[in-house]
Amino acid sequence: MTALVAGAKMARFKWKRLARHGSGLAGAALVAAFVLAAIGAPLIAPYGPDITNWAAIRKAPSIAHWFGTDEIGRDELSRIIWGARASLEAGVISVLIAGAIGVPAGLLAGFARGWTDAILSRIVDAMLAIPFLILAIALAAFLGPNLRDAMIAIGVSTAPMFMRVARAATLDIMTRDYIEAARAVGNPPWRIALRHVAPNIAAPVLVQANLSIATAIIAEASLSFLGLGEQPPTPSWGSMLNAAQQFLTQAPWLAIFPGLAIIAVVLAFNLTGDALHDALDTRRGK
Amino acid sequence: MQSSLGARLLQIIPTMLLVSVIVFALQHLLPGDPAVMLAGDSAGDPHVVAQIRDQLLLNRPIGDQYLHWLVGVLHGNLGYSWELSAPVTTLLLQKLPVTLQLSAMAFVIALATGIPLGVISAVKKGTPLDWLATSVGLFGLSVPSFWLGIVLILLVSVDLGWLPPSGYVPLSQDPLQSLRTTIMPAFVLGNAVAAIIMRHTRSAMLAALHQDYVRTARAKGLSERVVVWRHALRNALIPVVTLAGLQLGTLLSGAVLTEQVFDIPGVGKLVVDAVFNRDYPVIQGVVLVTGLLYVLINLITDILYAVINPKLRGG
Amino acid sequence: MRLASLTFGLLSGLAASVTAPAAAFADPPKVLHISLIQDPDILDPTLSGSYVGRIVFAGMCDKLFDFDPSLNIVPQLAIGYTYKDPTHLIINLRPGVLFQDGEKLDANAVKYTLERYLTMPGSLRRGEISVVQSVEVIDPLTVELVLKAPDSALLAQLADRAGIIIAPKAAAAEGAKFGLHPVCAGPFSFVERVPEQKIVLKKFPGYWDAKDIHFDEVDYVPFVNSEVGVANLQTGQLDMLTGMLPNDVATIKRDPKLRVESQTSLANVGITFNVANGPASQSPIGQNASLRHAFELALDRTALINVVYNGLYAPIAQANSPSSRFYVPSIVPPAMDLAAAQKLVAQSGVKTPIPVTLLVPNSPDFLQAAQVIQAMEQPAGFDVKIQAMEFASSLATARAGNFQAYLILWSGRADADGNMYSFLHDGYGFNYGHYDNQQVDSLLDQARVAQSVTDRTALYAKVWGIERQDLPILYLWSPTNIVGLKKTLLGFHPVPDGIVRLQGMHFAS
Repeated sequence: MTALVAGAKMARFKWKRLARHGSGLAGAALVAAFVLAAIGAPLIAPYGPDITNWAAIRKAPSIAHWFGTDEIGRDELSRIIWGARASLEAGVISVLIAGAIGVPAGLLAGFARGWTDAILSRIVDAMLAIPFLILAIALAAFLGPNLRDAMIAIGVSTAPMFMRVARAATLDIMTRDYIEAARAVGNPPWRIALRHVAPNIAAPVLVQANLSIATAIIAEASLSFLGLGEQPPTPSWGSMLNAAQQFLTQAPWLAIFPGLAIIAVVLAFNLTGDALHDALDTRRGK
Repeated sequence: MQSSLGARLLQIIPTMLLVSVIVFALQHLLPGDPAVMLAGDSAGDPHVVAQIRDQLLLNRPIGDQYLHWLVGVLHGNLGYSWELSAPVTTLLLQKLPVTLQLSAMAFVIALATGIPLGVISAVKKGTPLDWLATSVGLFGLSVPSFWLGIVLILLVSVDLGWLPPSGYVPLSQDPLQSLRTTIMPAFVLGNAVAAIIMRHTRSAMLAALHQDYVRTARAKGLSERVVVWRHALRNALIPVVTLAGLQLGTLLSGAVLTEQVFDIPGVGKLVVDAVFNRDYPVIQGVVLVTGLLYVLINLITDILYAVINPKLRGG
Repeated sequence: MRLASLTFGLLSGLAASVTAPAAAFADPPKVLHISLIQDPDILDPTLSGSYVGRIVFAGMCDKLFDFDPSLNIVPQLAIGYTYKDPTHLIINLRPGVLFQDGEKLDANAVKYTLERYLTMPGSLRRGEISVVQSVEVIDPLTVELVLKAPDSALLAQLADRAGIIIAPKAAAAEGAKFGLHPVCAGPFSFVERVPEQKIVLKKFPGYWDAKDIHFDEVDYVPFVNSEVGVANLQTGQLDMLTGMLPNDVATIKRDPKLRVESQTSLANVGITFNVANGPASQSPIGQNASLRHAFELALDRTALINVVYNGLYAPIAQANSPSSRFYVPSIVPPAMDLAAAQKLVAQSGVKTPIPVTLLVPNSPDFLQAAQVIQAMEQPAGFDVKIQAMEFASSLATARAGNFQAYLILWSGRADADGNMYSFLHDGYGFNYGHYDNQQVDSLLDQARVAQSVTDRTALYAKVWGIERQDLPILYLWSPTNIVGLKKTLLGFHPVPDGIVRLQGMHFAS
């Protein structure tokens, strides 16, 4: 019994280590700040994101407009705050989609082995062989350029990574003693999969999820940059960068601030992801 | 080892077939008629459009079109670009070297910056130097490559005028100019990979520094420098370099954006333009070839890793 | 000792240079670097569909006729024409003209080329000269075109790509691959092309108008990113930057080495309403001309052009721009009148806000313009939703009728027929909204038969009278061709079709 419990603890987080992780906490705080900004945008933003002003086109940062105004006179700071919504939505939902597709597939492949594993692995290999951005671009072009479909495109393109992680973790878990014990006791396969395997692959999957949110945010910005993501007038940092490209010499602030926002959010998720990774202890013995 | 190598090689075939089917299906689902795109200003005449559709076999059932393409590939014919009016093979021969040059430079930059930074931060773990190096690595991971490219163009080309803002000169034509046009995009491309390599190096070095043979070397009285550089690093490098090999896929993917921003006529730009122009043969051919390259590189890296790994223990 | 050897070295060097053959002091080759806004498609006049392809052809392939800066049709490979009767056009060719491979340009070459345009599979010129029934050789320098019906728009086509005459032997030898090594009768011969990088042409010494050509080589370089193009012009790597964006003008004007030439183009941008193409046409705005009028009255074209195009484009209310010979001066955009717009909306009885989905190809300036339109329409009672799509998808969507309003650019033709027929005549490919007005159809057909510009313009004026009431297409602005060039590059005369003609251009010595 103790061996079972001890084994089950192997793939979990060292919570104490997590709590003491300085940069991880900083990252988490930053993530919280962005989530608050996204949710509280109507209250925090000084102006509405759609308020145009023909007289104030591409004005440099000033007291009235801390980040300046954009190409049709809208307040850049407000658009950046509102833009947090698109980025966070894209990050989280894409990853949820990727996980919903990839994790069951990986679990199934690692658990069932044999032909199921072979076929699923070949499909994943094929998808990974196509450059990620090309796959996302083609999917987004096919589904239509808008945030929802961009998230699906990114989610589907990211799913193979989750499948790989889930599969590797499953394979690792399957060799543990407690699985043998559960089988010996007479548990049906689905029960073993759900009650014993799934909870124990949660940790590495979570780490991957955290890191994938970061890449998903960059992917959404990239798609928007190419014109395939969130469409105007809804603010999105990527599409703001796309528009800013034409005014690089006249209004460089339009390119700098959305980029800094992306960096900040992605950095925040990378910090928390690292903290989770460090706290994750899958080493045996030692 | 032999059988699994053979098996691995065989596995490539169904994988690549799947790749081609996925891409073929995907692009045929793309809305937009390639014939209308090709007709351009003459798309107003329905006869012209219909004629082009016939020529491009677009009215045949999709299974037919796929088989036609597949048979061509098996004969070494990757198809003919509708938009650029050149065989896909020719386009690839012209543009793949450009992307490979960029990727190779990016890879070298990534190794040259990532490994030293990783070593420093591992050796000086806990000190401000470690913190600095790790931060640099984190930023590298967090910066969107296209933004970095735009900012670099703004600073280096527009403000300072040191390097040309875009375009490409082939290495064979003018090596110096070639370097000048590719150094910024290579840096941007290699940026994220550098960060990943740095992190891998750091953890590999940390692990190596704790190994028995390191303790033995220290006990023997060898200087710290020799311990670090001769013993720990050599062993740490091996998994790092092979892991780095896997990053070539990331490089190929990243090339897509970098080539757009810097206007480099490589394979990334070719395939993005082809998606927007509905140039099916180009999309098919490019994805197939780059996919094959990626799969082969992965295979080689995996083999290398497995072969070299046993040597790691013992040291 | 050192001084002596140094002096000796200098003296002998001097002596050598004095006695060196004159060739050592030959001028470096004069190379002209011109930018294009995108890479042209195939360089075969029969198969080429791209706008920028015409710029390259101007350097490489002469046409039967050409346009002067006022868009009058002038001789090039042909020196004159007469209509024996409305369906028989006699063309007189210039004697002594050679193709770049040495072949003679004669009536047989013209017959070969025109028949290729009419019959080759995939030919994009067919639709342009489809009125030609046959081409007869009268004598080596005279060709007769037999037409199926009178068509006064034909000459303008012969002053465009359909008038380019290609070398028959080379074309027959290469067939569909002719575009990879085109051979024509223009000032520069094709040397090489690296897709998406450059097209290199070198001077053809046997050109019939060689005295007007002052470059040894021309390089056309596609620059998709305009900021990059501007940077290259500033660093001197480019001599001429075509298709400049209004936002870049200030940068170029500030540079003492550069200058800007602008001219209203022949292009037009407008919103096509879906009035009869499928179920999507059953929208309030698709079914009510008065609502379309309200839509127009809520717009301030000038303000929009100021915001998006730095005030450099021209507001219009008709398909032919102010640069066109067929421009009707009395058809001008109405001033913005929000009150009148609101009144029309109220009178329509449709509940506000009235939803209008605006399909927009997602180029940056169109997206901006769409957002400006959205903001302007809101107080009038229209809730404009922007549906941005990449260009290929937007075309497919429009053709399929899955749109309510479509913001689209037409690159424009010198002849009004090219700007109006396929767009307003029932059953034609650019009439995305399936507008069907028999009077308009009849007037458009009549204008093809009438011969003089004056007569035809009068007929087109009648078309606009009707079109301005039905408003199937709301014309908004005509882009301005903006070219940036080095001050040392002289002799450039802009023509509204945006094509760069190299004859007469030269570098200041």
